[in-house]
Amino acid sequence: MKTLEIPTFECETGNYHTFCPISCVAWLYQKIEDSSFLVVGTKTRGYFLQSALGVTIFAEPRYAMAELEEGDISAQLNDQEELERICLRVKNDRNPSVIIWIGTCTTEIIKMDLEGIAPKLEKQLGIPIVVARANGLDYAFTQGEDTALAAMTHRCPECNHRITDEEVNKAKLLVVDTDQNNNLFDRKKKLTTSNLVLFGSLPSSVASQLNLEPRRQSVCVSGWLPSQKYADLPALGKGVYVCGVNPFLSRTATTLMRRRKCQLIGAPFPIGPDGTRAWIEKICSAFDLKPDGLEERESQIWKSLSDYLEILTGKSIFFMGDNLLEISLARFLIRCGMVVYEVGIPYMDRRYQAAELLLLQCTCEKMKKPMPRIVEKPDNYSQVQRMHELQPDLAITGMAHANPLEARNIDTKWSVEFTFAQIHGFVNARDALELVTRPLRRRAESIYRCRNLSKQMVKG
Amino acid sequence: MKLAYWMYAGPAHIGTLRVASSFRNVHAIMHAPLGDDYFNVMRSTPERERDFTPVTASVVDRHVLARGSQEKVVNNISRKDEEQNPDLIVLTPTCTSSILQEDLQNFVDRASLSSESDVIPADVNHYRVNELQAADRTLEQITRFYLDRSRKQNTLDRSVTNIPSANIIGIFTLGFHNQHDCRELKRLPRESGIAINQVIPEGGSLKYLKDLSRAWFNTVPYREVGLMTATLLEEEYGMPYISITPMGISNTADFILQIGKLVNVWASAISEKKLNYELYVDNQTKFVSQAAWFSKSIDCQNLAGKEAAIFGDATHAASITKILVKEMGIRVSCSGTYCKHDAEWFNEQVQGLCDEVLITEDHTEVGDTTARIEPSAIFGTQMERHIGKRIDIPCGVISSPVHIQNFPLGYRPFLGHEGTNQIADLVYNSFNLGMEDHSLDVFGGHDTKEISAKSLSTNTKDINWTPEAESELNKIPGFVRGKIKKNTESFAIQNNISEITIDVTYMAKEKLSS
Repeated sequence: MKTLEIPTFECETGNYHTFCPISCVAWLYQKIEDSSFLVVGTKTRGYFLQSALGVTIFAEPRYAMAELEEGDISAQLNDQEELERICLRVKNDRNPSVIIWIGTCTTEIIKMDLEGIAPKLEKQLGIPIVVARANGLDYAFTQGEDTALAAMTHRCPECNHRITDEEVNKAKLLVVDTDQNNNLFDRKKKLTTSNLVLFGSLPSSVASQLNLEPRRQSVCVSGWLPSQKYADLPALGKGVYVCGVNPFLSRTATTLMRRRKCQLIGAPFPIGPDGTRAWIEKICSAFDLKPDGLEERESQIWKSLSDYLEILTGKSIFFMGDNLLEISLARFLIRCGMVVYEVGIPYMDRRYQAAELLLLQCTCEKMKKPMPRIVEKPDNYSQVQRMHELQPDLAITGMAHANPLEARNIDTKWSVEFTFAQIHGFVNARDALELVTRPLRRRAESIYRCRNLSKQMVKG
Repeated sequence: MKLAYWMYAGPAHIGTLRVASSFRNVHAIMHAPLGDDYFNVMRSTPERERDFTPVTASVVDRHVLARGSQEKVVNNISRKDEEQNPDLIVLTPTCTSSILQEDLQNFVDRASLSSESDVIPADVNHYRVNELQAADRTLEQITRFYLDRSRKQNTLDRSVTNIPSANIIGIFTLGFHNQHDCRELKRLPRESGIAINQVIPEGGSLKYLKDLSRAWFNTVPYREVGLMTATLLEEEYGMPYISITPMGISNTADFILQIGKLVNVWASAISEKKLNYELYVDNQTKFVSQAAWFSKSIDCQNLAGKEAAIFGDATHAASITKILVKEMGIRVSCSGTYCKHDAEWFNEQVQGLCDEVLITEDHTEVGDTTARIEPSAIFGTQMERHIGKRIDIPCGVISSPVHIQNFPLGYRPFLGHEGTNQIADLVYNSFNLGMEDHSLDVFGGHDTKEISAKSLSTNTKDINWTPEAESELNKIPGFVRGKIKKNTESFAIQNNISEITIDVTYMAKEKLSS
């Protein structure tokens, strides 16, 4: 058994299944309403996008492929002219406020100079063009969002103190407004003149829920990266505090700190009531505030989860790893009473996730559970072997393995759902557990005669 | 560069993987970056495959980019060889490896020295062929590999089987209703005394491939995949093949008569017994297939002269066009395919049957054409189904690309006599629904609409929604919005709140979920 103090990391072969990082287009185009995404790559990427996104593709999405043909690869065609022609059509068809180019493996390999072409076309077309290199050579799944947000960081306006004061005042007014005829909330005496920008793409309703939590502690969130509209990107600069809401945003965090001189609040991520509380506490401590009523609020949420906790307590779980949310989810589920055997994760930024790792460790101690083994760049084949030995009650896994594992009598939950579902903040803790418990609840209701439904013969 | 939102046929490697993973105990290794193993998801989700897809990636990352794959691919092949001991490992190039121009043949040569499995590189060019062409090519390549080898080893048995037998070529994973078609196809010849020698690639075992040539003839049910293999077998082993797709009554009859012709040539020599296939066809058409009677019945009279648009792969689009026009008396305004490489054949097939022929890979062109024609029904792929939804025209799905709902659990062949029944149902139901919708319009719609809408919300006279809260509400997906509105309002009433702000909506959600 591993010692409790030092988290151990292992690194395997990196032969695992995950989504191509260009899939970030799927949720980012919905988040940034006036954007248009252009994926520059081959048929392979296009086919992935259309198969992975299923129904959304039919709803006239604001993303398209610039499909590279043989002439592009062998440089018989001029990249700039080709892109100009295509962007002009996108501009005419959709009239976006920003076009975001997603570079793929192919553009990397043929060294297409997207960053060089973009400023030229930007001038010609009169539309901002942001370049994100979300390719499978370097990144996995959700890290695509990280590259896109890091690229957008450069487009945020410079923080001007006069303006931000005004903004804060406006926000203050808003708070007073909404509090007026509402006696359910503790009325705050005054709002700290804070300058806090949160980064990470969340559905707008989750974003407004998360805005609310620091506000109860009289910290006002001055903006989000990304914002609902490209035009509303938050102001950044010296004296602006930034805090991440998702564990896969390490590049964005680095860019915010190094290039925009922002101050990063390193906190656990607001997933689960424990995470949310720790997240708010960290933010408060950055502004020298004593959090108020948080403990009570957390225990209230835990109480409301009791029926789900009953199902989860004592059950074991195995994360195969594909979306980088694994550490936070594991920490939350250990707090729920589960035993985590293994946390597979594509990439582990120990600095950006430091607070989260620490909380994981504390949670393990508190719940008297062994520290899970953390496997970076896992090898799916070996993981399946390990799972055969460990027989976990639940495996969090990609869709490539879900059905085969179910056929072998291991309950699974697709990891992709955690990327799209609303799992952040106090309010959504229940939704997150709803997902986790679903396979376990289903099992209780069905009758199995057949323990193994695989068509392959069982080997010794 | 091409601006594209959607594609009908996938990239080449998908075709190779579909063929490789259809054979038993064949493993494919893709030379591809992380995330390109999406094929595994397609097989385990739409196809609901229970076993692990025998496809792994030899991941191309920055190191590979800088120094080449070197040992990596070879090691991955050897590792798979040890772990799973497949009969064959197919090294599959992707668009990435095409650009990197790595010498896959060299990797294969080195790997096959140490591994017990056979190893071959799939010979497909990513930028020249699509999924279907690649599948056709890979099937031929694997067949050729094993036939050549057994010829060299002198293990090839060149005698034909005692009783007439046939191979079925081109049934494979993720194919449109392939599993059901296969069952139907096995039944068709069997009922007329013909054994099935082998089905490839689905479920086929490589060690039996050498016996392929023992069959009397080959059948290639789908135009897209299998013709190359059939041609190979004809040229090198003198095996005749039938490339008629037994879809629809007359095509099925032709198919069986063709079998009859081939079999009777030999039958008289071997068993001196001639089989009468015409009688069989007649009986089947009358009693097993209901479609012939259906097209005579007055139901089908209603369909006469109705307009339809058809789009799909070459096999299905051409066959369905024939069925609608010749067997049901429906007018086909436009028939089209995305199989550009097979345009000539398609044109020939539908010539004289439809007003216009559309050959394109661009779904917007299909959409525009359909909107212009305004047919009463569309028969196409999932894309056409969505086009139909947008312009309010019913659609029956007759061809890939498809969704999970087109991998039905129940028996739904498109081929053979049972297939004719299924198609008749599909066609009739599509038009029928259209008619129903139309008459609803004439009579002013369902009269229950208003009532059900009202009952969703409580009496809300005293409750105000602030504009922000209201806009928050509008972000909630339509199908649950009514319920959430109602819940929030009743929460507000319980707590004596007269105005619903954003805060209240969250409070309500928290309370209700606890």
